[in-house]
Amino acid sequence: MFTTVLFYLFAAVLVGAAVGVVVARNPVHSALFLVLAFFNSAALWLLLQAEFLAIALVLVYVGAVMVLFLFVVMMLDVNVAALREGFARHAPLGLVVAGLMVVEMFQVLWVRRLGEPALLAHAQPAAVEAGVSNTKALGTLLYTQYAYPFQLAAVVLLIAIVAAIALTMRKRPGLKLQDVSKQVAVTKADRLRIIKVEAEKRP
Amino acid sequence: MELIQQLLISVLGFDAGSAATTANLLWILLQILLVTISVILCVAYTTLAERKIIGWMQLRLGPNRVGPWGLLQPFADVFKLLLKEVLVPANADKLLFLLAPILSLAPALAAWAVVSFNPTFTIANIDAGLLYILALTSMGVYGVILAGWAANSKYAFLGAMRSAAQIVAYEIAMGFSLVGVLMVSGSLNLGKIVASQQGGLFHWNWLWLFPLFIVYFISGVAETNRAPFDVAEGESEIVAGFHVEYSGATFAVLFALPEYANMILISLLTATMFMGGWLSPFDGLFSASGIFAWLAAPSFLWLGIKTSCFLFVFLWIRATFPRYRYDQIMRLGWKVLIPVTLVWIAVEGVMVWLKVGPWAVAAAAAVAS
Repeated sequence: MFTTVLFYLFAAVLVGAAVGVVVARNPVHSALFLVLAFFNSAALWLLLQAEFLAIALVLVYVGAVMVLFLFVVMMLDVNVAALREGFARHAPLGLVVAGLMVVEMFQVLWVRRLGEPALLAHAQPAAVEAGVSNTKALGTLLYTQYAYPFQLAAVVLLIAIVAAIALTMRKRPGLKLQDVSKQVAVTKADRLRIIKVEAEKRP
Repeated sequence: MELIQQLLISVLGFDAGSAATTANLLWILLQILLVTISVILCVAYTTLAERKIIGWMQLRLGPNRVGPWGLLQPFADVFKLLLKEVLVPANADKLLFLLAPILSLAPALAAWAVVSFNPTFTIANIDAGLLYILALTSMGVYGVILAGWAANSKYAFLGAMRSAAQIVAYEIAMGFSLVGVLMVSGSLNLGKIVASQQGGLFHWNWLWLFPLFIVYFISGVAETNRAPFDVAEGESEIVAGFHVEYSGATFAVLFALPEYANMILISLLTATMFMGGWLSPFDGLFSASGIFAWLAAPSFLWLGIKTSCFLFVFLWIRATFPRYRYDQIMRLGWKVLIPVTLVWIAVEGVMVWLKVGPWAVAAAAAVAS
């Protein structure tokens, strides 16, 4: 009963925040609405007893990805009016995509209503016995049964990082940078010269 | 009392007969209140300790006018801040400007929920405790970024940008050094992490994970925006950084409370992960029946002493080192601390594999069970 109330509360805030992402006039507000949406979906996952996924979502998306998003959005002077210009032109395409997704979601719900046994089994997470840690179970699975796909995914991500850096890094001519290793390796003799100054005679 | 019970039952939809559940709920609320108030009092006296200790280090007396030895100074400060006017700058994003202090305070206090204070007392004894703390401390940066952006001031914005880049950089080193702790303890639960270090001073993680211990503490100093990593404030360059436009109660809630609460939390976590938490350094030295038995028993006393020592180091560092230059901070984070943790995680992996170190026995027992 209490869980149901919580579910509807989080779900309502989640949907509201998702709408906010799209309709907010200020891009920074949009990004913050997205943070709220992430947070509420994490809460929903917690209700499903998927605590590792929920906390990882907050840690990765809220704690790191969205911070960088905000960083960029705040630095850019986004011209909202120019962005809105194409709205009417692209609206039909957007509506088609949205309609397709709604249909797909209804299909999933419909199939579940029909009582497909396989889907029903997934719909209801098995009651967790005391002492079984979600995190531990996930780790065991990832590092034994799915060890190779998991490592492969990590390598693909690493390649993406290296490629992104390689594509965007360019050396501007005339850039002045400190060479830190040179600064660290500096000795007293390089910088300091002690001169013996002759004492002046008082007139 | 009866009325509160009735209200709770009707609001939360429990069965009318489950008075035990309600009592349990009230007990949890009481625990939360107790911990929160203690943290806030600790924050108040940490500010006093900071001014006193740095004063002594610089051959000054520090605050000594309000109460004996200045002991009532924190209360004078709090009342002054609460009575001052809250100014909102023109053209500021008013909602976000007032939301930022709350976003900064809430994670700083919520993180205390999973802290293991002694072998039996934890508010929420959850298995993913360490992840929870990492997630919440990474939320704290929003307060700083939004404070900087919403104030519509150049200095505040520069401070927020610096803080964002710095926190993202040091979070990685911090996470990696905690991976090392997880490898030896085999659990994310803070109580179990402490329990896995059982066996006296040389079984604690600080010795075997020494590089990770140092990296964790340095990242902790950087994450809390404390000197010498306090470029987000940088009084001499950008006035006061992200909180330059704040005054009165919002200033207290945005800046003072979360910063000091996070300092205490980082000190406490360092003690928990690397210095054996509530375990006694005299473990096994005194017989269980003698008059010194309490010295060898695990208790909150030891956690408190260890936490205070690390807090002192925070203040000591602040009185000693000049502020880092911004590019030096980035270099230290990315090119020094992260490689150090990566190398030590590899070394540790070999040690675990070869069963070297105090955790080999515990790990073997865990595998066997």
